[in-house]
Order: sequence, then structure tokens, then C-alpha cells
Amino acid sequence: MNEIKILHAPVFSHELNSLTAGDSVYLTGTIYTARDAAHRLIYQMIMEGKPLPVDFEDQVIYYAGPCPAKPGHIIGSCGPTTSSRMDVYTPLLLDRGLKVMIGKGPRSPEVIDAMVKHGAVYLAAAGGAGALIASCIKHVEVVAFEDLGTEAIHRIQVENMPLITAIDSKGNNLYKTGPRRYSRLEI
Amino acid sequence: MREIHADRITETVARLCIDACYHIGDDVKALIEKARDTEVSPHGRKILEQLIENINISAAHGLPVCQDTGMAVVFLEIGQDVHITGGNISQAVNKGVHQGYRKGYLRKSVLTPLDRINTGDNTPAVIHTEIVPGDRLRIIVAPKGFGSENMSRLKMMKPAEGIPGIKNFILETVINAGGNPCPPVIVGVGIGGTMEKAAYISKKALLRRAGTHNPDPFIANLEREMLDSINKTGIGPMGLGGIVTALAVHIDTYPTHIAGLPAAVNIQCHAARHKEAWL
Repeated sequence: MNEIKILHAPVFSHELNSLTAGDSVYLTGTIYTARDAAHRLIYQMIMEGKPLPVDFEDQVIYYAGPCPAKPGHIIGSCGPTTSSRMDVYTPLLLDRGLKVMIGKGPRSPEVIDAMVKHGAVYLAAAGGAGALIASCIKHVEVVAFEDLGTEAIHRIQVENMPLITAIDSKGNNLYKTGPRRYSRLEI
Repeated sequence: MREIHADRITETVARLCIDACYHIGDDVKALIEKARDTEVSPHGRKILEQLIENINISAAHGLPVCQDTGMAVVFLEIGQDVHITGGNISQAVNKGVHQGYRKGYLRKSVLTPLDRINTGDNTPAVIHTEIVPGDRLRIIVAPKGFGSENMSRLKMMKPAEGIPGIKNFILETVINAGGNPCPPVIVGVGIGGTMEKAAYISKKALLRRAGTHNPDPFIANLEREMLDSINKTGIGPMGLGGIVTALAVHIDTYPTHIAGLPAAVNIQCHAARHKEAWL
């Protein structure tokens, strides 16, 4: 396994250049949740030239829609959702300065090309580990599209969120190299 | 005729929704622990370790194992000597889902399909009913997340494609799904019947105690063979590489038409949730 790296959000590009696919990462700082509905709305706003509710320059988006918070908790379970549903919207957000995406599952060639062009990285969280990841979240506020409920954009503070660099800024892709390394299928 | 009041159905469904989302079955947990011990990929082992820790945190703090608390799939096996009193059975189930998802702080993920308006309480449930002998009512609540549901497939195969065709279809479905459905997965397979019957039995196969085999030795062998093939794909935990891609393969069959060979593959993520009660 590669070494464990510490990453702070919002991010500095030079920190991202030192991340290689396969590196474990602990992320601390301020990030934004956004999933299907928020992406669709943001995409429409960009296409219509409207101002965005969040400036994504150097920011991190976490593809997630949390459970409601129980009394005494600040958030419910909050694991990653499948990233590929956001692929169609992602290149435009990368053009707008988005630098890091967190989710689960592979990305399209178009997203990877745009990541290489803009020096962005894609980090994988353990899908289905919603309660564990919620314990890394220290502060939550809704910053846009409140009426979407779980699909609203939440600004969250995370501490030592455990992640794996799945696709780095050079386009190295653990979703390709990982399975290839362990495949024993005779084709 | 034994009478069961609709309110008891509501209360039971509400309780099962919460219980299913907070507590992963011992059978699934044992398979994830075994996977952690057999996995050779360091990232894979670490992910499996996190999943076990997550199951423990959920149970200890009363939190959903996964934030995708799913669409509620409810199976009702209604004894033919049961009479439901005090209300409509479908409404009783949906009221239970409404209450369970509110009281349990579960995510409301259900919306109208075209205009995408959230219904606000995770209703309606998908309700499957079967009339069975006896005077009891069996209720199974299986919240189904869509990371895995989206990767499921159905194919109306030609009889000539036979067993090799089915094996290819299962393997191809798992390979195409890759890291999307949160592997390690449980693979439910329904073979035979009609289009909807194949899909139904593939989902019902997921309710079996994880890792147990079909009583038919031929099908049990097919399950072992497919589990072995799937775990040779290298997809591994979360699709990042490894030797544990599936925890179990459950195959069920039903007679079909001379012209057909329907096959359905229902992919279930490692958060394999279902709880049941008898009234």
C-alpha cells in the first residue's frame, strides 16, 4: 500500500499533485455535499449564466445525501453515493475550479480527461460506511437548495475522513489497475 | 378465520424498517468478517475493517448502517385463514413505512419518477403478497438501496444459450457493475418463470440466510461455481481491487415456457438488510 497522506480542504493544487492513485488520505476541513438534484440545478444555473450559490474554486464536493440527524446528533449516517450518476455534470464543475470529488465507484473517460486538464483528484470513501463517516463530521449547515432535503448542498466540517485516492491528477485510475492486479479470470 | 388488526401490521412494519436499517444480520456480518480474513489486497482489507467498525457503531448508537435506507420492499405471506380487520392492508403497510422512516430518522429517498418530487415519508412501499396455507401473517421488510439496485439486470435468454449463457450473464452483470454497487455484494439470481417472475425470485433469493445454498445440489453447485468465478474478477471491495467481490450467490429457479429462459440478477450491496416478524 502507498503511504497515508493528510489533506486539508479547501485544497491547494500543489498538494493534489503529490497524491497518487492508491494513496490513503485523511481529509480535514470544509467540504460540500451535492448529489443528483443539486448537480442538475447547478448545471442549469451555469448554462443559463446565473450566479451560483457556492463558489467551487479549489473546493471539495462529497457525493452524499445524509440521513436526518437524531436528537443529540448533528447529522445522520452520511456515506458516499455512486459517483457515475454525476459524470455528465462534472466536467463543467471542473471548468469552474472544482478540485476534489469524493464518492464511490468508477468515473467516465470524459470526467478523467477533465480532471487531468484541471489537475483534480477523485477520492473514494467506503460505500455503506455511513455511520462511521458521520463520526468524522463535526459541523453541518445547509447552504443551498434547502427544499431538496437530503439532496440540499450542505457545508460540512470533517476531521480525518478516511479516503483512498482512486483517480489522481495524472489520470492514474485504481478502478482499472486494482482489479487488473487481482484478476485471476482465464479469458 | 383468525383476525389480525391492521394497526398491528402498521406497528410491525414500522419496527422492522428501523430494525433492518440499524442492525445488519449476523449472517452477513460473519461473511464480512470472513472476507476481511481472506482478502489479500491491503486497501480491500482496510475497507472491510471499516465496514465491520461501521456495523458496530450503527448497532451501538442506533444509527442506520448506510445512509441509503432504501425503498422499502415489503413481502407479505398471508395465511388463507387470516382476516385483516380495521383497515386496508396496503394502507396499513404504508402507514408503517411512514412511521418507521420518521421515528427511525431514516432517509426519505422515494420520489415520483418523472417530475422527481419527493413523497416526503418514503412511501409508497413496494409490496409483494402471497397467499399461503395457515392462519398467520409473515411480514418481511427489506429496505433496498439503489446503488446496487441500479446495477441489476434481466435478460430474456434463448433456451439454446442454456447454463453457459446464464453463467456468462451473471458474470457479465457483476463485471459491468464493478465498484458501483458497493462490493462485496450478494448476488440474487432468478431463473425461469416469466419476465416479472424471474425478477421477483431473484429479489426473494436475497432474503435467504446469507451464504446458505439452494437445497437442490445441482443449483447449489452452480452457486459455488459462480461465487468462485465472481471472486476471480479482481474487482474486490469497493471495486478498488481484491479477491472478495461477492459474499454469496443465491440462485432460485421456477419452471418456464418451452420457448424461454428468463434470467434476472439482483445485486445486493454488503448492507444486506431484511427483518421479519410473524403475526
